Amino acid sequence: MACGPLAFAQDDPTGGDPLGSMQYPSLREQTIGKAAAKFSDAVVIKGPAFADDAMNVPLLVDARGLSAVGGGVAHIRVAVDRNPVRQVLDFEPLRALPMLAFRIRMEQASPVRAFVQTQDGQWHVGSTWVQAAGGGCTVPGATRADGSWSQTLGQVQARFFNNVLEGSRRLRVRVMHPMDTGLVAGIPAFYIEELQLVDGAGQVWWRLALHEPVSENPLITFELPPQAVSGLRLVGRDNNGNRIDAEVGG
Amino acid sequence: MSAAKDRFRSPQGGGTPFGRLLLCAALALGGAAQAQTIAVPPPSTPDAATFNYDLRPRQIVEGTWVIEGAVQDFSRANGCNIINTAFIATGAGVVVINTGPSRLYGEQQRRAIERISREPVQRVLSLNLHPDYFFGNQAWADRPTQALPGSIAGMQAEGGAYADNLYRLCGDWMRGTESTPAREPVPPQTLQLGQRRLELMRLQGHTADDLVLLDHHTGVLFAGGLVFAERVPTTPHADFERWLASLDVLEQLITSGRVKTVVPSHGPVHSGLAGVQQTRDWLRWLTVLMQTSAERGLDLGEVLRTPVPERFARWAAQPAELHRSLSQWYPRYEQRTLAGPAPGR
Repeated sequence: MACGPLAFAQDDPTGGDPLGSMQYPSLREQTIGKAAAKFSDAVVIKGPAFADDAMNVPLLVDARGLSAVGGGVAHIRVAVDRNPVRQVLDFEPLRALPMLAFRIRMEQASPVRAFVQTQDGQWHVGSTWVQAAGGGCTVPGATRADGSWSQTLGQVQARFFNNVLEGSRRLRVRVMHPMDTGLVAGIPAFYIEELQLVDGAGQVWWRLALHEPVSENPLITFELPPQAVSGLRLVGRDNNGNRIDAEVGG
Repeated sequence: MSAAKDRFRSPQGGGTPFGRLLLCAALALGGAAQAQTIAVPPPSTPDAATFNYDLRPRQIVEGTWVIEGAVQDFSRANGCNIINTAFIATGAGVVVINTGPSRLYGEQQRRAIERISREPVQRVLSLNLHPDYFFGNQAWADRPTQALPGSIAGMQAEGGAYADNLYRLCGDWMRGTESTPAREPVPPQTLQLGQRRLELMRLQGHTADDLVLLDHHTGVLFAGGLVFAERVPTTPHADFERWLASLDVLEQLITSGRVKTVVPSHGPVHSGLAGVQQTRDWLRWLTVLMQTSAERGLDLGEVLRTPVPERFARWAAQPAELHRSLSQWYPRYEQRTLAGPAPGR
């Protein structure tokens, strides 16, 4: 430990980040611990050039480029360098393709990262820069502001779309939830922590852990194998123990 | 916004079929009623050292001048002067139309008008609630500032947020500007001022209250935000169906021969239907894009990467204005699709 500070002072303070962010080393440690991570073009993360709505910043993550690397993708963790709550979500694709579309809140312009772990334990990082006027984490969402969230809490809308990607079946799910960040005065953090897609035999098709920055009434897009599966349900819970359990029609 | 523009990348091929399919759809839909190009005059040269907007009133017809803003998006380089303001010397007083994005603009506009006309300013009209239509009102505190009642309510409700946004975008050009809504509600009516018969009409769609002024003496139509020319329309308060219906009304006025010259609030002054057709073409393309994309299951992040059809490529304020429209409106199309019945069931 004695030589630690000196050694760090001589290192690149951005940890080799191609976007040159001083927050990257601490974000990496918070997201994946002491493990090494290499920057990789095989991890694609795309946001808007400018976040016109800082409470709903659309992100696309695509790690299909790693499908044949290290046994395939095990985890996709998304994090934001300059958000007050930096961890966004942790996705285990399981039987789904390693790609995901969703929306987040951003408090200011920031790099946005996808840390992807392949089955061999190696971490691969993709980055993008999103400009924002900001403020998305510290104002209440629409249903919190008008109080309507309590009438719709936990309701699920889900729909399949065929062949958006050739040979794949897209599932879009929307779960009604205020997803309060805890950063608005008088409103504690209240957000969905866990979602998974389970079939009639109890097998899990994908698993998702969510954190506070995921936007209100999350709308999340998955890619599943083309064949229909019977008895699919979306199940999960929020941090107050409210259960989510809804049939997902084929 | 320039940073946003610089960072824009057209979508890489990347194995995604989305872009290609959307482009095909757009081409298929685009055949009808393509509007012709309208020449854009060179912009004025604002000086950020002296905060001089370089306002140059241009006489378009007897007693009528237009002060043309840059056909661009808001930026510090153009002083955020992107609006056309105008004035009519009626013989019984000057009518001012729109007061620009800032206190400074209003002051410079007033000096420019007073250099040209010795008539007193009789009234100052703002054609809708958006900030560049009324943020110069501070310079007209001693004159009747007027707008439709709904526009005034909107100015009062949203003026503070507009100011925050314009100070962020425009910096010191905004110094000393405070949102100053029009004070007098003006109902739709026909004014007789000197020899002029000025018809004030209330249409809807760009906002909930779009004031349109037709000078029957000269045939000049001040179309406000309902008509955009050579620039992507802004849609923060849009009702697309009503907007398209209002464009039909304007088309009838123009084809009836009562309108000789169209002054849009954004884009070059022109004659004929070109501006109406451009605006209609864009609104139809945008709404069809959103509807078909939602039905296909595309996410907002994918739709944001849609290339615009070639006929729109030269228009100003891209891609920022399209992105703002999609970010605001596409989620409603997505939600409607998710709430509706599944296809084929």
